[in-house]
Amino acid sequence: MNVPANLKYTESHEWVRADPDGTLTIGITDHAQNALGDLVFIELPAVGRALSQGEACAVVESVKAASDVYAPVAGEVVAINDAVTNAPEQVNQDAYSAWLFRMRPSALDALASLLDAAAYTKTIGEA
Amino acid sequence: MQRSAGAAEGVIPKTAQAKGLRRKPIDLESGSRERGNGRDREAHRRGTRWNTEVPSQSLRYQGQTGRCVIFARRPFSWIRENDVLKTTPLNALHRAAGARMVDFGGYDMPVHYGSQIDEHHAVRRDAGMFDVSHMRVVDINGEPPAPRDFLRYALANNVDKLKTRGKALYACMLEPHGGVVDDLIVYFLRDDWFWLVVNASTADKDAAWLRKLADERRANVSITPRSDLAMVAVQGPNARQKVWRALPRAESATRDLEPFTSAEIADDSDPIFIGRTGYTGEDGFEIIVPAGRAETLWKALEREGVARCGLGARDTLRLEAGMNLYGQDMDETVTPLESGLGWTVDLASPRDFVGKSALATSAPKRRLVGLLATGAGGVLRAHQKVSGREGDGEITSGTFSPTLSKSIALARVPIGVATGDIVDVHVRDKRVTARVVKPPFVRNGAVLVE
Repeated sequence: MNVPANLKYTESHEWVRADPDGTLTIGITDHAQNALGDLVFIELPAVGRALSQGEACAVVESVKAASDVYAPVAGEVVAINDAVTNAPEQVNQDAYSAWLFRMRPSALDALASLLDAAAYTKTIGEA
Repeated sequence: MQRSAGAAEGVIPKTAQAKGLRRKPIDLESGSRERGNGRDREAHRRGTRWNTEVPSQSLRYQGQTGRCVIFARRPFSWIRENDVLKTTPLNALHRAAGARMVDFGGYDMPVHYGSQIDEHHAVRRDAGMFDVSHMRVVDINGEPPAPRDFLRYALANNVDKLKTRGKALYACMLEPHGGVVDDLIVYFLRDDWFWLVVNASTADKDAAWLRKLADERRANVSITPRSDLAMVAVQGPNARQKVWRALPRAESATRDLEPFTSAEIADDSDPIFIGRTGYTGEDGFEIIVPAGRAETLWKALEREGVARCGLGARDTLRLEAGMNLYGQDMDETVTPLESGLGWTVDLASPRDFVGKSALATSAPKRRLVGLLATGAGGVLRAHQKVSGREGDGEITSGTFSPTLSKSIALARVPIGVATGDIVDVHVRDKRVTARVVKPPFVRNGAVLVE
């Protein structure tokens, strides 16, 4: 399973990229899209919404099931990826380029609580 | 096919054993497990990796039943003996193909082999095949006219419609109060032999129910679930052509089969039963062979370019075709009249059947309709509330329709709801607008609702 080394992760299968401007870009992992199957609907949070860590803030639906997406850290939504709401299959095609939303974290050391690639790989049951 | 002496029931294919799937055969009639050797139990307790699908931690799904299910990562030792799933004769091939597997009706079955949407399109546009060996063929045998007499009583549809050998009929079995025990297809093979094909999750219940009825009626019939058989459904506009290329010796017997008729290619060593039936709204065949011939059949169809399709595509196809799924769209708590199945109940003929008096005097307050989502906001799913001018109802089955690129559903609503009505579906915290339509949504590749 694809787990890029330069990203951070949550146990609930979100990936997080720290961008130079201090914001975080968030999506769901390759493992998650594979487990969900063909995605057909994505609902993203409103820009400007304040989120606490672990708060359910987006929904991805495959044909068979709906799944929540959780804020990896506390902060504010600064951007959402409209393209992916029109073409949810992009997430299946490339989970790490089909980002869902961007946040400005409220804490400077936000990433410290997240998993690195090796730790996430372990949680999904691969050596 | 006649039941061959000594046919093994629930035998695990050797290839499956070679892959480390250590499971003891289940006697499907009694439900009891054969005693295996102690080594198997020990391996199980140690946590032998028999299932390559390890659910991941914290991935939450809200499935079609509306439940929130949390999968946790746990060692294999927690799996109790009774949790081990049954397998079909094609299980090893599905796993070798990398299929995503799931528990369906107690069977380890493929949901998809990569993309259930691609598999759906393959059936609508070309040809796809499904392993449906988890469904159960049941022999009804007896000296004529006992089998026909018995089925006249046991089924809500009238087997007297089956006048020629090989003809098939879709029917429900009802309880005396009119609730649905199962839906099934009945085949008239010979005067002393009928076949029922019933659902996987209800197979044991159905056999027990039929035996009870036969006892009560003192019917001189034997009821024999056939776990020695495998079944493959090949569906799509090119399905029959590809079946004939894969099975040339079957062509002459099946070339002129009408829909809902069947033929047997009787060959003692290699019998094949083929019915022009299906659960997708496309043309095609359902093929029944002895379990030991299933792999050969599957591979021959694959070589002719028939796409492998799993239960995910099966569900989107049948829902587009407006076909009910037992356990979701109907069960013992509702009558066929409340389930869009009034057309399968023959109340006109004078014969008595189980549930007849209850239906004849019932005045249904609800009916089953189709819904086509017109607004955005999510996928229509089972158990979501439906609100409209006539009152509230509930979705029984919902999904995303790959052919329509919209969400569709079947819903049980107040009887006054009419085709064309606009309703609101409660999806999570939102309202998704939908239009009431008359199913089917799609048939033979053509969209019937706009």
